[in-house]
Amino acid sequence: MGMTFAEKILAKKAGLLKVKPGDVVTVEPDRALSHDNAAAIIKLFKSIGLEKVWNPKKIVIVLDHAVPAPTDKHADNHKQIRRFVAEQGIEYFYDVNSDGGVCHQVFCEEGFALPGHVIVGSDSHTCTYGAFGAFATGIGRSEMAGVWALGEIWFRVPESIKIDLEGVFPEGVYAKDLILRIIGDLGADGADYKSVEFSGSAIRNMSISERMTLCNMVIEMGAKNGFIEPDEKTLSYIEDIAKSEFEVIKPDEDASYERILRYNLSKLEPLIAKPHNIDNVSPVKDLEGVKIDQALIGTCTNGRLDDLKIAASILKGNKVAKGVRLIVIPASWKVYKEAIKERIIEILIESGAIIAPPGCGPCMGNHLGVLASGEVCISTANRNFKGRMGNPESQIYLASPATVAASALKGVITDPREVL
Amino acid sequence: MRVKGRVWKYGDDINTDVIFPGKYTYVVSDPLEMAKHALEDLDPSFAKEVKSGDIIVAGKNFGCGSSREQAATCLKVLGVGAVIAKSFARIFYRNAINQGLPVIQCPEIFDAVEKGEEIEVDFKESKIFTPDGRVFNFPPFPDFVRGILEDGGLIPHIKRRIGKE
Repeated sequence: MGMTFAEKILAKKAGLLKVKPGDVVTVEPDRALSHDNAAAIIKLFKSIGLEKVWNPKKIVIVLDHAVPAPTDKHADNHKQIRRFVAEQGIEYFYDVNSDGGVCHQVFCEEGFALPGHVIVGSDSHTCTYGAFGAFATGIGRSEMAGVWALGEIWFRVPESIKIDLEGVFPEGVYAKDLILRIIGDLGADGADYKSVEFSGSAIRNMSISERMTLCNMVIEMGAKNGFIEPDEKTLSYIEDIAKSEFEVIKPDEDASYERILRYNLSKLEPLIAKPHNIDNVSPVKDLEGVKIDQALIGTCTNGRLDDLKIAASILKGNKVAKGVRLIVIPASWKVYKEAIKERIIEILIESGAIIAPPGCGPCMGNHLGVLASGEVCISTANRNFKGRMGNPESQIYLASPATVAASALKGVITDPREVL
Repeated sequence: MRVKGRVWKYGDDINTDVIFPGKYTYVVSDPLEMAKHALEDLDPSFAKEVKSGDIIVAGKNFGCGSSREQAATCLKVLGVGAVIAKSFARIFYRNAINQGLPVIQCPEIFDAVEKGEEIEVDFKESKIFTPDGRVFNFPPFPDFVRGILEDGGLIPHIKRRIGKE
């Protein structure tokens, strides 16, 4: 019997020939990512009593959760991180400037997300890097302090679910709709503790950005990691940027899966996750007419160039509805610069959009778009939990950039196929 | 080790944002201050009225969402004796153990107890005792998890391991 991706990579990194679900292994990660929470991790690391981190070259820190600092406390956090980075010789530090952006986007753009790597991050959406064939998963602050100290972490070898994707997206339907469909079907705990492998001809046809959207949201169904087998698209994306050696690790043909699910993309329609649970999924057309106050396009799920392009194609020559605030946040400064070059930013501004600096601010209620009581927001983010955007009395709907742009245009939730 | 306390009962998919809102993530760093916001967006009475040893009983997927460890820290600091749920989200589960907060998977308890009832957990025997005399078993913690819990969390556990304490 062969091994799944998770079994194969964990066995290899633990120096074992074979592992099975339920086994516990200890491995050294290839990279360890942190963001603004590095300040809290530094405190925990120092409390252990060690002088130096295990390997400064394997640590990546990207400031993104509240940038530029909205309060003195945030500013103090950032200052502590800058000092620590200098003290420890951590070279891969992306400060609040035009090299950075949302950590998951920057991590991929800078060539840290690589096939066959084990990557841990003190952010739940670290699972995004599975789009490049890495085993990538989120951990807490104490665990990260432990990784910085000892360079090791334990994992329970997960069971695996395979999701086979065939067909092509109909017009107005995107990777975000697909992952909402899957989470809606499986439930918010449908893949708890499990490894999710996406496969099939549809995946081969998907762009790197679309693959990142899928893997980004596997945590929303409880998964430990997502995985997409690297192909020529992956290799060409990382060709000139890879920061280190890598090795493509693929699941065995005869690997054993707990479940195999199949989806045909051509049968999908635009979907939306209603407040306050991610698996509360409905067709957009069933929600049409719900009035919105704010629309957000951005975040680690859908703030890439193609997402901004889709939004611009809908908003071009039109104005955002009166009374609606459309906030657009390019996922990185690289994305921002490209969007300027391609005149996407100009189209968005002309339509009435507010362009905010790359970062995570509004997605988790930090700043730049916190909601008032009773307000409704439609967002391209990955979570619609109560209070997520800073106010428990607000409502968050999640959808694709096309649905968000169409809704911003009409002032009410709108099926994008009506305006395409 | 045994813990006896009143039950606080919540439903399915209790996420990390309602346990500890994201807006406090970088402005509240003192654990005692964190504790004041525990479950704020779900049950504002909780942080005010919970007593040391009290036990949270919840449905499936407790702690889904963020990797934010404060969701476990705020409960630990308030003295929550254990969280018993039908199932847990994995990052929260690890974070809880790493904070020295016992997390117990026992789906049968949910329908067996009501809010305010006093229940008792025996960690050594892996048993839960309800007021009507019933006893429920849960899977014992693996040895290395027990080691972390007994040391009071991951950081003290690492310190002990590398001889810093």
